[in-house]
Amino acid sequence: MSDATNNAMGNLMGNAAPPSNVVAGSPHAPATTPQPFYWSVRRELWENRSIYIAPLAVGGLILLSFLARAAHLPARMRAAEALEAAEQSNALAMPYVFTALIIAVVALIVGFFYCLDALHGERRDRSILFWKSLPVSDLTAVLAKLSIPMLVVPAITFVTIVALQLIMRVLSTIVLGLNGMSAAPVWTQVPLPQMSLVLLYALVTNAIWYAPIYGWLLLVSAWARRNTFLWAVFIPLGIAIVEAIVLHSGHFIKMVAHHFNSIESAFNLDPDNGSMITPLSAVAPGKFLASPELWIGLAVAAAFLYATIQLRRYRQPI
Amino acid sequence: MACIEARGLRKTYGSKVALDSVNLRVEDGRILGLIGPNGAGKSTALNAILGLIPYEGELTVLGRNPWTSRDQLMRDVCFIADVAVLPRWMRVSQALDFVAGVHPRFDRKKAEYFLARTDIKPKNRVKELSKGMVTQLHLALVMAIDAKLLVLDEPTLGLDILYRKQFYDSLLNDYFDRNRSIIVTTHQVEEIQQVLTDLMFINHGRIMLDCSMEEFEARYMEVMVLPENVPAARALGPIHERQVFGRSILLFDRADRQKLATLGEVHTPSIADLFVAVMGTPAQAAPPVPYGTPPPVILPGASR
Repeated sequence: MSDATNNAMGNLMGNAAPPSNVVAGSPHAPATTPQPFYWSVRRELWENRSIYIAPLAVGGLILLSFLARAAHLPARMRAAEALEAAEQSNALAMPYVFTALIIAVVALIVGFFYCLDALHGERRDRSILFWKSLPVSDLTAVLAKLSIPMLVVPAITFVTIVALQLIMRVLSTIVLGLNGMSAAPVWTQVPLPQMSLVLLYALVTNAIWYAPIYGWLLLVSAWARRNTFLWAVFIPLGIAIVEAIVLHSGHFIKMVAHHFNSIESAFNLDPDNGSMITPLSAVAPGKFLASPELWIGLAVAAAFLYATIQLRRYRQPI
Repeated sequence: MACIEARGLRKTYGSKVALDSVNLRVEDGRILGLIGPNGAGKSTALNAILGLIPYEGELTVLGRNPWTSRDQLMRDVCFIADVAVLPRWMRVSQALDFVAGVHPRFDRKKAEYFLARTDIKPKNRVKELSKGMVTQLHLALVMAIDAKLLVLDEPTLGLDILYRKQFYDSLLNDYFDRNRSIIVTTHQVEEIQQVLTDLMFINHGRIMLDCSMEEFEARYMEVMVLPENVPAARALGPIHERQVFGRSILLFDRADRQKLATLGEVHTPSIADLFVAVMGTPAQAAPPVPYGTPPPVILPGASR
């Protein structure tokens, strides 16, 4: 330890009393009312920067590859112009739809791995003793963690995708303009406001639909001593295997697999419609809300969360 | 109202009894040292007081049930579990932001004032700080909270001697007053002897000794006697005897001070020496005490 540190320590730990204005201030009157939920969410973002770095980094890569292929854009544009209207629209929309898909999948994976570590990491590094020394209830702490995959990640996903699509479109306009071509089809054939609305609806319904999955991952995170990923995967797999051996059926695994597909429950997709752009008319909130699977899933999620909160109360650092 | 009150506090882990019907009472404005060997039940007792574990029996901390209302209790209670619990990824400024954001009794200016006297910078991450600096940071956070009870579980473990000494000086000078209470567990008992107002020994989940430091100083006496005086001294009923440099040091509980003074110089024993006397003798120490049963003041599971 350096002398400087010792001196500083002596000053902190020494005899000097705090100045009277500090002590005599009004220590009882907090500057603001406590906001445990808000700060608990902030703290998750401080710790898990991958929540926003991963989608942004992938978004950056997408833009780079888009720029790298920008030279081919006029040629592709001319090829698209030769196609029929429907195919032309698909050809133009493809990069935008792929961008949205890639970012959405990355965000989902980030959300899964966040959940698996959310309650495990704080027990592993014993920092849970610090968090529990503050007036934040286990309920608040767990709900803050749940809000990351259910609110924060979808919000980041939405903003990232819309921003990327906008930048790509502006870049296309510039590139085409430099080549003396009109960018009008990019703006008319790929309807950004409509796509953004559909995207928003898809992200919201997906977050709600996935609640039991996030609940399960948080529960494993609060319960397992190690290997959260293996437990999270192999317990459902074990149930499926037992079912296959004992009942010779596969209902459980079908049910779980089906619950990864929120699109089918939230949209009325026309299988004959070949367009890559989902029309607004396919949005089916009534069907979504009327689905028993949604409500059973939410009930299961609530049970998982209750168990998670109890485990956070009872479990000691690892 | 007592700061902490426990009746029949009991905690078992499987077949292991960590706390065995403990009764205890800590008044406001006290500094209690909870001393015991590893696995004696110190941390279990503190964890129960802090609402970190469920328990059997009755326990009230500042009028609240710690297990059912930990989050409310933590407005009035601070604890430093050990030096390693501040999250390593956290920046100092983030720690200040977070505590200020969730704690109604945190005075950020005060914490910043304490930190300004150290080498810790707001941009530092906890993992960049030395162990001593992490303790400074944690202490600065805790001392800026206007709490009624501060619980310290081995707060100076792994710190060098300068930090240890200054840790307690700082607590006494900048923090402690008659409205607050502090409970501290430590193995470095010699460092806190002058700090404590109350002393408690715990072993095998039971309280072996519970007294104030005034009582401790009035009751326990230690005399170093020459070999020829040993039989006379032994006749007065010491609770412990050990050999140092060919002389015998005998420890007495409630003996006649004047009689002892004729045998040698009488002084107050260290907590460590009393601890050895009460908790039993390590193998290499003094010969077994040949005198009767332990004195009645040291009752297993006793309380005031």
